[in-house]
Amino acid sequence: MNPEFFESAAMPLFDQLYNFAHWLTGDRTDAEDLVQETFAKALKGFRSFEEGTNLRAWMYRILRNTFLTSRAGLRAQNMAALDDDENAEFEAATSHSVTPEILLLQRESEQKVMTALASMPVHYREIVLLCEIEEMSYKESAQVLGIPIGTVMSRLARARKVLHQALTERSTEKAAKWTVIKTPSR
Amino acid sequence: MDCDQNSVTLGSYLDGELPPEQAGSVREHLGNCPKCAAELADLVIVRRALRPARGMFAPSSKFRKRIERQIAAPRRRSWSWRLIPATVLAAAVLLVVVAWTLYARRPDNFAEVADMHVSALASANPVDVVSTDRHTVKPWFAGKIPFSFNLPELAGTDFNLVGGRLVYFHQSPGAQLIVAMRQHKISVLIFQDSPEMDRAFAVPMGVGHRDAFSIETWQSQGLRFFVIGDAEPASIDKLSQLFKTVN
Repeated sequence: MNPEFFESAAMPLFDQLYNFAHWLTGDRTDAEDLVQETFAKALKGFRSFEEGTNLRAWMYRILRNTFLTSRAGLRAQNMAALDDDENAEFEAATSHSVTPEILLLQRESEQKVMTALASMPVHYREIVLLCEIEEMSYKESAQVLGIPIGTVMSRLARARKVLHQALTERSTEKAAKWTVIKTPSR
Repeated sequence: MDCDQNSVTLGSYLDGELPPEQAGSVREHLGNCPKCAAELADLVIVRRALRPARGMFAPSSKFRKRIERQIAAPRRRSWSWRLIPATVLAAAVLLVVVAWTLYARRPDNFAEVADMHVSALASANPVDVVSTDRHTVKPWFAGKIPFSFNLPELAGTDFNLVGGRLVYFHQSPGAQLIVAMRQHKISVLIFQDSPEMDRAFAVPMGVGHRDAFSIETWQSQGLRFFVIGDAEPASIDKLSQLFKTVN
């Protein structure tokens, strides 16, 4: 693997990686630092990258791991360390109803979903970003996050419910969502 | 109606991650279960609402350039390392070409000197001043050339002065003396030395050869001397020594 190949293969991912970084950090400067560090690490480790394996997943994995060990990442994890076993408790509070007016409120809904996504605990946010925004397969997402596919599936399902709830509830109600299911640690 | 589907299965169905036969049974179930159909619709709504997040944050062009530089830099460095042998080779080639050009030009200058010798001998009037007396020949050049030189006494040697003529070399006037040695004719050419002349004749010491002529050149007191003829090198050198002793 030579640097020329790295440049031609990695630069097309630049915009997506930046978007991902910005969603994780919530800040332009932090996102730029994160992307820059990601490219530096990837370039350095490029020799060890095995040809034929998924470059995109590899780059996202570097970015995500770099984020989690950064100050912002550690802070984000402390805010809401979530356990997948908590699903039951959370689901009990979730409504399954769908109403036709939701479709009419689509535009406002988008804003609500964006806000909900931005305020979501990082381990859920990253799943949504990878599976929904980047349209990665469960397998690819599992590679990036270093977790089993089953965990990807359950976390994704839960995150989707929260986002849907954000669509349907009134803005004043939204604050309590994640505090209910906050747990000390995994 | 009983429903054994959970939200994970519905999500996987939406994401196209279920194996074909399981996807088929979910599809069938959705036709009969309003609860699951509604939940799937919720998932679709969420997906649609998330679409703007895809390109929501775009990197600045300045930042893009920074990253491009960052990952292009090692290549540029390695490229310049790769260029070093090529540069050295190019410099060597250039050096050879320049040296060869200088070397090639030098014999041309000798050829010009040889031409002067040949044209004098071929001329109907090889000499402008015909005299065996050095005291006649030398004053003849006064006023014709911008310098003065000394003629050695040739009496008692193998050489006989035939005469002299005015010649031009590189637009500068000079003296050509024709000296006979038995049947051989030898030219002694004297010019004002110049940097250009120095460059042209910098290399050779002693007797050289050009077009079957022997030639010796040296520089002395601001003058450039050539001794050229078809005599053997030893004779050329002998005549040269005679001139060197008086100039």
